[in-house]
Amino acid sequence: MTLSASLNGAEQRRPSRLGRMLEDRLPYLIVAPAILILLLVGLFPLIYSLIVSFQRITMTENDTTFVGLLNYAELFRDTRLWASLGHTAIITAIALPLELLIGFLMAQLFIDRMPGRQIFLALLVLPTVISPIVAGATWRLMFDVRFGPIGQILSFIAGEPVRILWTVNPAYVYPAIIICEVWQWSPFMFLLLLAALSNVDPSQLEAAEIDGASYLRVLRAIVLPAIAPVIAVACLIRGLDLVRIFDIIWTLTEGGPGSMTETISLYTYVQGFSQFETSYTAAISFLVIALLTVITTLVLKRMELAR
Amino acid sequence: MRVSKLPARKARILALRYLGAGVVTLLFLFPVYWLFMISFKTPDEIYHVPPLWIPGQIQFSNYYVLFKDGDVLAILNSLIVASVSSGIAIVLGTLCAYSLARFGTGGENLAMWIISQRMIPPIAVVFPIFLIYVYFGLVDSYFGLILLYTAFNLPYVIWMMRGYIVDVPLELEESALVDGLNRWEVIWKVVFPMVRPGLMATSVFTFAFAWNDFLFALVLTRTEVITFPVMLTHYFGGQSNFWAKIAAMSVLGTLPIFVAVSVMQRYLVRGISLGAVKG
Repeated sequence: MTLSASLNGAEQRRPSRLGRMLEDRLPYLIVAPAILILLLVGLFPLIYSLIVSFQRITMTENDTTFVGLLNYAELFRDTRLWASLGHTAIITAIALPLELLIGFLMAQLFIDRMPGRQIFLALLVLPTVISPIVAGATWRLMFDVRFGPIGQILSFIAGEPVRILWTVNPAYVYPAIIICEVWQWSPFMFLLLLAALSNVDPSQLEAAEIDGASYLRVLRAIVLPAIAPVIAVACLIRGLDLVRIFDIIWTLTEGGPGSMTETISLYTYVQGFSQFETSYTAAISFLVIALLTVITTLVLKRMELAR
Repeated sequence: MRVSKLPARKARILALRYLGAGVVTLLFLFPVYWLFMISFKTPDEIYHVPPLWIPGQIQFSNYYVLFKDGDVLAILNSLIVASVSSGIAIVLGTLCAYSLARFGTGGENLAMWIISQRMIPPIAVVFPIFLIYVYFGLVDSYFGLILLYTAFNLPYVIWMMRGYIVDVPLELEESALVDGLNRWEVIWKVVFPMVRPGLMATSVFTFAFAWNDFLFALVLTRTEVITFPVMLTHYFGGQSNFWAKIAAMSVLGTLPIFVAVSVMQRYLVRGISLGAVKG
C-alpha cells in the first residue's frame, strides 16, 4: 500500500523510538478510546442485563439464584406486554405511511425551483428538530379543551361548540398521538424525499415528457424506482424511532387512559422504574432488542445499498 | 421541470404553488407560533376562553419567572452536558473514524458493529445502565450523563465522519507524508481542515441528540443535573398545568436548536439520513 510506503519514509526522518512506536500502533491507538467507551456503556450493561434476566431480582428480594428461562416464559403470559406491543404496532402502522405520503406530497410541491423556496424549506424543517418532549407539550396546549385552538377551530367549522378531550377520551387519544407524530416527522420525510427527487435523472424525465407519458406513468416507471432506496432508508430510520416511541406519549397521554396508549417503551419503563421488577424488565429488554435486531438488519442492508 | 408554452398558464401554476406552499407552511408552523405566543401572554390571556390568537402585548414575565425560580439551571445543565459530550464524542469519534476509513481497522465488521450500537433502543439499555450507575454512585452526576451521551453519540460520529473522511482525496495526505509530516500532523493539519464542514454538521446533530434526549435524563438525573426536557415534564400536574412555564421553557429549549440547525441547513439531509443521502 502506498500509505505504508510513505509512512516508512516519514519514519526514517523521525528516529525517536517512542514516536515510531506511537505511529506504528496509531490505527489501534486512535480506535481504542471510542471502542472502550462503547464497550463500557453499550456492551457491559447488556451483558449484566442478560445475567440478571436469568435471575429473580425484584424490588423486595435480591434473589440471585438462576431460574433459567422463567422470566422469558413469563413474557408469553403477560397480556399487558403484548397489548403494549400492539399499541406500538398500531401507531407505527398508521403514522409511518402517513408521514411518507405527506412528505412525498410536500416534496412534489417544492421540487421545482421558485423564488423564496429556501425560506419555506428552512421554516418547514422546524418541527423535526424540536425536542419530542416539546412537541408533545406543544400539542397538549393545542389540544386543550378550553384554552387550546383546536377545539375553537373545530367549533368554528362545525358551527356549534365541539368539546373533545383529546388526551383523555379513548376514541381520540390515538388520533392525538398520531397527529403530533405526523406533524413532527413528515418534514423529515419531506427533506429526504426532496433530496432524492432532485437527484432523479432529468434527461429521463424530459424523454418521458416528449413521449407524452402521463404523470402517473412517469411516477411509476421513472421516479419511484429512482427514489426507492431513499424511501427504504427513510422508512427504516423512522420505523426504528416509532417502535421506541416514548417522549411524545409521555407528555400527551402518559400511556393513558388506563394503559390504552402504553407502548412497549412505556411498559418497560413502568416495569423497571415503578414496579421495580428488575429481572423481568431485563427479559423484556431482550425481547425488544430481538425485535429491533430484525429491523436493524434490514436497515443496514438498505443503507449499504444506498451508499 | 414541466415545460409550458403559455406564460399565463405558467404564472397561474406558479401562483397555485405559492398558495400550496403557504398553506402547508402555515399548517406546520401554527403549533410553533402558538407555543411562542403563549410564552408572551399574561396568565389572564393564557386562560382566556375562547383562546386569544394574538397576545395583547409582548411581555417577558413568563421568562422572568423561570430565571427567578432558578428553573433556567435546567437549560444550563442541558448546555453543559450536551456541549461537553458532543465535544468528546466528536474528537474520539473522528479519530476512530480516521482509522476505520484509512487503515480499514477492524474491517467491515467493526464498522457494522459500531453502527448497530446506534440502533440499540435506549429503553433496552437504560435499565441496566441505571442499576450500574446506582452501584457506582453516578446517578444525578454530570460525569454520568456526559459519559452516557458520549457513548450514544460515538457510533453516529464514527459513521458520519468515516463518510466525510473517505471523501478527502488520499493524494493530499500522501504528499503531506512525503513532505515529512507524521501521521498525527497529517490528521491535525490536513484531514481536520478538509472535513471541517462535516465536523460542524455532525456536532450539531450530536448536540441535538443530547439536548433533546428525555429518557436517559429522566432516569439518570434527580435534581442537580436535571435537563430541560425533564424539567418541562414537571410542569404538567394532575389538575393544573403551568402553561406559562411550559411555553417559556419550551421556547428556551428550542431556540438553540433552531439556530444551530438553520446555520447547518446545507448538511441537514446527509445528517438525518445517517449519510445515506448525500443531498
